[in-house]
Amino acid sequence: MTIEHSAFAQLVLANVRSYLRQPEAIFWTYGFPLIMVVGLGLAFNSDTEARLAFIVTQRAASDPVVQKLQADARFDVEVMEEGAALALLRRNRTPVVVSVDASGDVEYFFDPTNPDGAAARAVIDDALQRAAGRADVVASVDRRTDAPGSRYVDFLVPGLIGMNLMGAGLWGIGFNTVDLRVRNLLKRMVATPMRRGHFLLALVGSRVLFFVPEMFFLLMAAKLLFGVPIAGSYATVVVIALAGAVTFAGIGLLVASRARTIESISGLMNLVMIPMWLCSGIFFSSERFPDVVQPFIQVLPLTQVINALRAVILAGEPLAAQALPLGVLALWCALSYALAIRIFRWV
Amino acid sequence: MSTAVTCRQLYKRYDTGRGAVDALNGLDLEVRRGECFGLLGPNGAGKTTTVEILEGLIEPTSGDVEVLGVGWGGGRDHELRQKLGITLQETRLRDKLSVRETLRMFRSFYRDGIEPEEAMALVALEEKADAWISKLSGGQRQRVAVACALIGRPELVFLDEPTTGLDPQARRQLWDVVGDIRRAGNTILLTTHYMDEAEKLCDRVAVVDHGRVIALGSPRELISRLGGEHVIEFSLESLDERPVDAATFSMIEGVMQSIEESGRFLLTVSEPHRSIPDCLALLSREHLELKSLTTRHVNLEDVFVNLTGRHLRDD
Repeated sequence: MTIEHSAFAQLVLANVRSYLRQPEAIFWTYGFPLIMVVGLGLAFNSDTEARLAFIVTQRAASDPVVQKLQADARFDVEVMEEGAALALLRRNRTPVVVSVDASGDVEYFFDPTNPDGAAARAVIDDALQRAAGRADVVASVDRRTDAPGSRYVDFLVPGLIGMNLMGAGLWGIGFNTVDLRVRNLLKRMVATPMRRGHFLLALVGSRVLFFVPEMFFLLMAAKLLFGVPIAGSYATVVVIALAGAVTFAGIGLLVASRARTIESISGLMNLVMIPMWLCSGIFFSSERFPDVVQPFIQVLPLTQVINALRAVILAGEPLAAQALPLGVLALWCALSYALAIRIFRWV
Repeated sequence: MSTAVTCRQLYKRYDTGRGAVDALNGLDLEVRRGECFGLLGPNGAGKTTTVEILEGLIEPTSGDVEVLGVGWGGGRDHELRQKLGITLQETRLRDKLSVRETLRMFRSFYRDGIEPEEAMALVALEEKADAWISKLSGGQRQRVAVACALIGRPELVFLDEPTTGLDPQARRQLWDVVGDIRRAGNTILLTTHYMDEAEKLCDRVAVVDHGRVIALGSPRELISRLGGEHVIEFSLESLDERPVDAATFSMIEGVMQSIEESGRFLLTVSEPHRSIPDCLALLSREHLELKSLTTRHVNLEDVFVNLTGRHLRDD
C-alpha cells in the first residue's frame, strides 16, 4: 500500500505537517530547552572562579591589612565607612564586614545563621592569619570537582531532557487531542470509515517520532557548548527516552480523553505536571525530599525517566541496570493507554 | 430498495445539569433513494440530533433507524460508513493543511472513491488546491467540507446546515454544488433553517419543530396547503392610534388567511388582482390610510409561521 492510500500514513503526515508548520511549536521544543541549558549552564558554570565580595572599613589612608586583602586575587574588596557598611550588611548586600582598627586588630561583623557570612569570615580570617605568618599544623590538599561529568550543568541536562519529554508528551498529545475535539474534527473523523486505532496510533507515533531528534539536539548542544560527556551508550539513552516519550504520550492521551475545552485541558495538564516539575528532580536531586514522601516521588514517571537518564548519561550504567525505572514506566504506560482508550470521548 | 433512510418513533433525551431535555419526541422519517430531502426547522428543533443519529454518531434513547438498509451497531458500521458522505454542522479542518492534503487524507479512509483533484473540481476549488485551510474564506472552507463528504463516492450524503453563516454569494455557489450532487444521482439529506434554501434544493421537506415532524411534502405541496399562493402584505398609517383587528380583512372574498405581524398585515390569497381592489375598497370605507403595499409568492417561511405561529429565525 502506498503512502497516498495508507490511512495510517496519511494521519501521521497530517500531524507532522501541522506540527512543522507552526514556528512557535518548533521554538518550544528546540529553542526553549536550549535556552534553559545555556542559561542555567552559564549561571552555574562560569570559567573564571567566583571572587568573594565584601566590605572593609579603614582608619588610615593606606592600611596594610586592607592592602593585603585588596592584593588577594580571591577577594573583591570595597572600602567604606563603618555605619554605611553595617547598613549594607543588614540588607544582606555583603556577607561580612571586616573592621580594622589602628593597631591592626580585626573585627568581623556577620550573621552566623547565614552560611555565606560564616564561610566568608573563615576564608578572610584564614587569609589574614597566614599572611601574618601562621603555619598550618595539619597538611591539607584541595581536590576540585569541576571536571566535566560532575558539574551542575552535567546534572541538569538529563533533567531537562526528562522535562522536555514530559512537556512534549503531555502538551503535544493532550492539547492537540482537545483541539481536534473542540474543532469537531474528532467527530468528523469517526464519521468516516477510519479505524480509531489508526488515529490514536498516529497521534502518539508522530509525537514520539519527533522526540528522538529533539533529544539528540539537546544532548549535542550540551556536549558542544559545555562539554557534557555521555558516559553510557547512545542506544540505551534512546531506549529510555523512547520509553519515556511513549509513557508521557499515554498520560497525555488519558488526561485529554474526556476534556471538552482548552481551559479544562490546561488545568488538568498543570495538575499532572506541577507535582513532577517540583519533585522529580529536574533541577536538584529528588532524594533531597524527606523519606516519608519518597515512595510517592519514586513512583512518578518523570522521576524514573530522569533517574535512568542520569544513570546512563552520567554514570554510564548499562540498560540491564535500568529494570526498575523501565518497569515503573511500563506500568504507567499500560494503565494510561488502557484507561484512555476505554473512556476516550470521540463525539 | 427505494428508501435510503427510515426512522420510526425516534426519541432522544439529554440529561443536562438542570433536568432532562427531550430533543426528539417520536420523530418519523423516510428518505427515498435519489431525492434531496430537507429537514427544516428553527434552531433547537432537533434537526442536528436527528442527522447525527442517522450518521451513527449518537444513539437514540429509543426508536428504530435504518440507513441504506442497515441498522447501526449491528457489526456492519464500517461497511455503512464507506457509503456515507457527511458534513457536520461546524467542522474546523486543520488550519495548516492544504486543501489537497486534507482531501488526500480523507480519501485514504475509503476503499473506493474519487481523487482529490476530481473532488476539488466538483466544488470549484481547483485554484486553491495548495492553499492552507486557514487561508480560505468561510464559503471556501464549507466547500472543502463538502468535497470531503464526496471523496468516498457516497451513496448517501448528509449536509447539516451547509450554508449557515455564509454570505449570499457563497450560499449560491454551494447551492450549485448541491444541485450537481443531486443531478449525479446521489441521495441527499440536508438540514437548514433557510426557507429559500429548502425551496431551491429539496424535492421533499419535513418541517421539524420540538423534536417531531409537523409537516411533510414537496415545497410546492406545503405551500399549496395554505390555500393561496400569494401574499398581500401591507401596512397602515397611524395604526398606533387606531388598532385594527386582522380579522377585519378575512371577510374580503378570496382571502384564505389574515394575520397581523408587528404592524404589518399578511393576507394569503390565490388571486391578488381580484383581492387587492376589494381590500383597498374596504380600507377607504373604514377611513384607513395605506402606508405601503406589496405582493409576493407564498414561501416556506409562511408555511412555518402558519404551522407554528412562530418564525423560523428569531433574529
